[in-house]
Amino acid sequence: MFLDMAVSAYGRRAALGGRSDAISYESLSRTVAGGARMIGASGARSVAFVGVNGPALPALLMASAAAGVPFSPLNYRLSADGLNQLLACLDAPLIVADDVFESVVNHHDRVMTVNAWLSAARAADPAPAADLPDDECAVLLFTSGTTGRPKAAVLRHENLVSYVVGTVEFGAAAPEDAVLISVPPYHVAAVGSALTNLYAGRRMVYLPNFDPGAWLALVADEGVTSAMVVPTMLARIVEHLGDAPADVATLRSLAYGGARMPVTVLERALRLFPEVGFANAYGLTETSSTIAVLTPEDHREAAGSDDPRVRARLTSVGRLVPGVEAEVREPDGRPAAIGDAGELWVRGPQISGVYQGIGSVLDADGWFPTRDRARIDAAGYLFVDGRADDVIIRGGENIAPAQIEDVLVRHPAVRDVAVVGVPDDEWGERIVAVVVLREGAVVDADEVRSFVRARLRGSHTPDDVVVCRSLPYTPTGKVLRREIVAELTSPASS
Amino acid sequence: MQIKTGARYRSQVCDTELIVVRPLPGDVDLTCGGHPLIDLKAEPTVGLTLKQDADAGNALGKRYTDGDRQLELLVTKAGRGTLAVGGQPLVVKEAKPLPASD
Repeated sequence: MFLDMAVSAYGRRAALGGRSDAISYESLSRTVAGGARMIGASGARSVAFVGVNGPALPALLMASAAAGVPFSPLNYRLSADGLNQLLACLDAPLIVADDVFESVVNHHDRVMTVNAWLSAARAADPAPAADLPDDECAVLLFTSGTTGRPKAAVLRHENLVSYVVGTVEFGAAAPEDAVLISVPPYHVAAVGSALTNLYAGRRMVYLPNFDPGAWLALVADEGVTSAMVVPTMLARIVEHLGDAPADVATLRSLAYGGARMPVTVLERALRLFPEVGFANAYGLTETSSTIAVLTPEDHREAAGSDDPRVRARLTSVGRLVPGVEAEVREPDGRPAAIGDAGELWVRGPQISGVYQGIGSVLDADGWFPTRDRARIDAAGYLFVDGRADDVIIRGGENIAPAQIEDVLVRHPAVRDVAVVGVPDDEWGERIVAVVVLREGAVVDADEVRSFVRARLRGSHTPDDVVVCRSLPYTPTGKVLRREIVAELTSPASS
Repeated sequence: MQIKTGARYRSQVCDTELIVVRPLPGDVDLTCGGHPLIDLKAEPTVGLTLKQDADAGNALGKRYTDGDRQLELLVTKAGRGTLAVGGQPLVVKEAKPLPASD
């Protein structure tokens, strides 16, 4: 439906690729219709994609929808075992893979390389779009799993349509606009961006293997007007620039999300990109991507304010998007008072809450438990403190690691930090601050503890301070706390 | 007719097709070109014609809303008929776009 609308309104506009060799919406539409024919002819009942982000993603996403089967982009960085475990969850998949991953999957039936699929799709007879009920599954996304085994979140056509029409104005992009996409295709933001940019009419440019220098160069070369990054990418871009403001004359907006943004990185980025509008987008795989946005105006107002409550909004994820409601609940399920922290529950047509094999996890009134710890201020700004699972319970008190991390990241010697809880006989858990130091810096554990004690409650003072060379992250920039805890508690560590 | 979020409808007398973004509760008298909208897959009643005072047309990708700004319909295929609720023509909802977040 969206592709038809796009073709009607701006069929000859560039949809995908560089300025010199872009594919138009019309051309994409023909590939999609031919691709749908091929998917149907193969007898597949789902489509899996094992490859880096690129023009194939929107084509496969739309062709699967046109063929009436679910689409599942998979994490190509997984081991062969890991990938095959996910593939086993899919129903008779047609597996489309980059050349480099083809050998990992070619023992399955129905495997094609991306190039082979695209060529065949362009040559095939267009198939009419399947007529599916809107509550059928459109996309299956395995959740990022920083905790144990990945589950497949079901996103229905109605969830995705609701997200797109609720947050994007059709055809709003100018013909010369271009978006730079550097997130991996198995992240919900990649699926979201394929749809929202198509619906806005914005040309999509890809950087499949992120490098800060390459990112900056591509923005300049392709006249990129908007981009989306995860916080670790922005940290690397800022590090790469040093003190020199970026030369990115065409860039008007930069969205970030997927993990918590260290406020020091954000402040530096605001100074290095003074003409760019920043947007923090908060959402989960299960909510069809963004449910709250901290807009460019919010950023500017917070950064320029003397009022500490307004300034604090720089660390918030903004206000809810139209159509989404939120409720912060105490452990017993009662709504928390305004400003108090608790678990965030959300409700709205873009939220699915259905997992393959598990069914719906929505409560009786349709609310979805995000398992994020959060609070909402009187003006409706949402502050996410972190995963509920990451909360440290020390001496019966709940401590959100993010609060301590936000303080430590401002220590002059600290480049990066993660705060975790490790088992302790006396306290239940004790607080360990794992820090990565700036080049040439040294720290003294007591001094670090005093630094925190001067800014937070005594009970939030780290018990131990450990220095390491780097922290483990997922490709989308979520810190792997379990790994850190495992390292700290293994018999080999001292 | 009772309408719900995400429901798709078509005009009986022109090409207009739309999707409901925000519904009104209860029974809603939704028309296009002077005649009731029908389900996207339904067949129009034979012999109906576009009413002369209901031919203002609509635009692809625009959202239409009632005076109270409660109802919201998105036109997915444009047509010549006027969209109306209870006989009152709907108006285009001004764009208040969120920043691109994907």
